[in-house]
Amino acid sequence: MTEFKTIKVHYFALLRELRGCSEETLETEADNALTLYRFLQQRYDFPLAPEQLRVAVNDNFATWETSIQANDTVVFIPPVAGG
Amino acid sequence: MFQLTHTPICPQAFQAKMAHLAAGGYVSFEGWVRNRNEGKSVTRLEYEAYEALAQKEGLLIIEEAKNRFEIIDARCVHRLGSLALGELAVWVGVCSVHRGPAFDACEYIINEVKHRVPIWKKETYDNGDSGWVNCQQCAKAVAL
Repeated sequence: MTEFKTIKVHYFALLRELRGCSEETLETEADNALTLYRFLQQRYDFPLAPEQLRVAVNDNFATWETSIQANDTVVFIPPVAGG
Repeated sequence: MFQLTHTPICPQAFQAKMAHLAAGGYVSFEGWVRNRNEGKSVTRLEYEAYEALAQKEGLLIIEEAKNRFEIIDARCVHRLGSLALGELAVWVGVCSVHRGPAFDACEYIINEVKHRVPIWKKETYDNGDSGWVNCQQCAKAVAL
């Protein structure tokens, strides 16, 4: 049975501009970070492949295989350029 | 200490915090906003951070430097928001008993900050265009 969870996604830099907002609350059935990104990539036509990004769950770096739980906050991190 | 700030960085204020009687030297690095990048004329920069994670990762880098090098103290502060040409974007300071480890730790910190901390930089050019640095391929894909 498909289980929908409520999660938050925060967007920064290029992804924020492409999405047109800084954060959104989603109902998702994605079981891990990669599935979630693939869904959003298709929905919003994001040009970045997962290989170009890192992912964070609840303010910690995570792997693409990290499972997504209800109330998680997920961030997809485009190539960084501090300094 | 790793700090993000939306207001101008005063290096003298941070240098004063490094004062230590056991220190034989102090090395600092200042990253400035320059007027050209990859052949384009830059007019200003906008820095944006995922602050909660940037703060954690920045602090981790400082702790790594303290473990890897024989230093007494290390600090880094990174500016966010809109910066004009010539402004100070990032400051790193390290003090140590002898100079060698301070130079090494200072370079380690700025290199790791640039590669790992979730901070992004958007350049605005004199022709009105703008772009996220290190996202050129993304930008090209968007243009298509």
